[in-house]
Amino acid sequence: MALLEVENLKVRFPSESGMVEVVKGVSFSLGQERLGIVGESGSGKSMTGRALLGLIPKPGVVTADRMQFDGIDLTRLNERAFRRLRGARLSMILQDPKFSLNPVMTIGEQIGEALAFHGRMSAREQKQRVLKMLEAVRITDPERVYRLYPHEVSGGMGQRVMIAMMAVLEPDLMIADEPTSALDVSVRGQVLEILDDLVQRTGMGLIMISHDLNMVARWCDRILVMFNGRVVETCAAGKLGEATHPYTRGLLASLPRLDETRQTLPVLDRQSLGGL
Amino acid sequence: MTQKGSGRLLPAWAKTAIGFVLSLALTGLGLLAITFFIGRVVPIDPVLAVVGDRAPPAVYEAAKERMGLNDPLILQFVHYVAGILRGDFGLSVSTQRPVMEDIARYFPATLEMATLGILIGVVIGVPLGALAAARQGSIIDQVIRVIGLAGYAIPAFWLGLVGLVLFYAQLKWVAGPGRIDIFLDGMVPPVTGLLLVDSLIAGDFESFTNAFSHIILPATILGFFSLAYIARMTRSFMLDQLGQEFIITARVKGVPARVIIWRHAFRPIRVQLITVIGLSYAALLEGSVMVETVFSWPGIGNYLTTALLNADMNAVLGGTLVIGAVFIAINKISDALYRILDPRAR
Repeated sequence: MALLEVENLKVRFPSESGMVEVVKGVSFSLGQERLGIVGESGSGKSMTGRALLGLIPKPGVVTADRMQFDGIDLTRLNERAFRRLRGARLSMILQDPKFSLNPVMTIGEQIGEALAFHGRMSAREQKQRVLKMLEAVRITDPERVYRLYPHEVSGGMGQRVMIAMMAVLEPDLMIADEPTSALDVSVRGQVLEILDDLVQRTGMGLIMISHDLNMVARWCDRILVMFNGRVVETCAAGKLGEATHPYTRGLLASLPRLDETRQTLPVLDRQSLGGL
Repeated sequence: MTQKGSGRLLPAWAKTAIGFVLSLALTGLGLLAITFFIGRVVPIDPVLAVVGDRAPPAVYEAAKERMGLNDPLILQFVHYVAGILRGDFGLSVSTQRPVMEDIARYFPATLEMATLGILIGVVIGVPLGALAAARQGSIIDQVIRVIGLAGYAIPAFWLGLVGLVLFYAQLKWVAGPGRIDIFLDGMVPPVTGLLLVDSLIAGDFESFTNAFSHIILPATILGFFSLAYIARMTRSFMLDQLGQEFIITARVKGVPARVIIWRHAFRPIRVQLITVIGLSYAALLEGSVMVETVFSWPGIGNYLTTALLNADMNAVLGGTLVIGAVFIAINKISDALYRILDPRAR
């Protein structure tokens, strides 16, 4: 059985000119694999991820014919039940540790908090688990980092802290929403390696939301291409080059290459895609 | 070389302490200079206040000479500062007592009322503001916004009069104007000058309840104004924090809403709130003239107004200095709390 099955997921927000649909009926399923969701800004990829966690802010409306996670019907969960699921079984890594970590709480306190609201354990046990998790994301001096505040660590280390915080309860499904976009190129690889490590070790399913086609193609098993709130293409990562949809082809064509021979870099011809 | 040497001579905390004292002294001197020179420039003749406007010119001149007003302005200032350093603020023309003594009598009355007022404002205003932010757009939010607006729009003297008519004259829930009933006045030996505290020290519960019944209405009215301001500011600070990414992070972790509001959104705004509360407290300490007048409260606001109307410049300068000093003290305390509460400011 698939870990996650989504059918006809829609996310709508009311506006002055009626309901605006930002996700227009997305369907996919996920096993214990790495699924990449790519698309440009505003394509609905982040909203899809947040809808899965029940994090669409009011007055947004989420509907789906089916949204099932490991036998649990997510469409019927109330906030309380969702809260029990979040952090423990479903988790999400956010984009920029500069904003996604609480500035006035120590790193140890923030990771420990994830443990504190799911099951009881002693303060000492909690600290031990946090320290072990910090080690798992390759932080060399966990005792010191435990006591630091977010502004005292670098972006790369901040993002590793974020991963530690979201993975400390070994969730079954992790959503990574642009986990490397805010980082220096030099530390991106390292963060991906740590994520890779986690997936291999714990066997969790992973949804990687990104606009970086190359990274997703290299790193994921399967790819969904989203455009304008819809999935326009689904394919195995290795076969991205054989994609047929005009939007995907357009995206691929506009990627710059090191051995560039073209005079001008083509841009997407949105006119021809307008009907979507 | 010398710089390095002196750096080693003094430990870091001593440098901080010296810097603190220096900045305090400079601010104090600036305050003194400004109040002194404004006091001398205004077209009020302190000599007339002493000798009256029918004194013969010879008496007038003699008084002026005696008061040192024929000296150059800068020399007068030096004398004034020297006097203040000795704790001598000069004599009040209208009360015929040293200004220092007057302030020691009147200031505690204001301090007591303002402190009770700010306590009411903080204890009710902060949770109200946080609640309004947590339930943005709800009925509670609307009510709190109206309260906030009322705090701006309603004049203090009007609220004071209405309060007196309703709670004192009609309902008889509280005592009327003044600090304490006349038959209890002067019964409590002054220790701090705060009647509520002194009566407790003396174990005189009759005086305590009587004083409390006098102070509660004006303090609540002052409290209402600071409550309105504090609630409004808390609400907007909280809304700002609740829109931050780390709130989403906390929700992803499965943190309950109550904890998100108080731990994640409220903790970062404590620093901003301290500034707001400090300003509000200072405003109550200096600006309660209206309420003090309506309630015949023998406080510093009343004292200053009377002094000003009588051209009693020593009293005006002394009172202004005390209020200025309180302002500086509150600012310094806010700064210190800032450093304790915000890890980024350490």
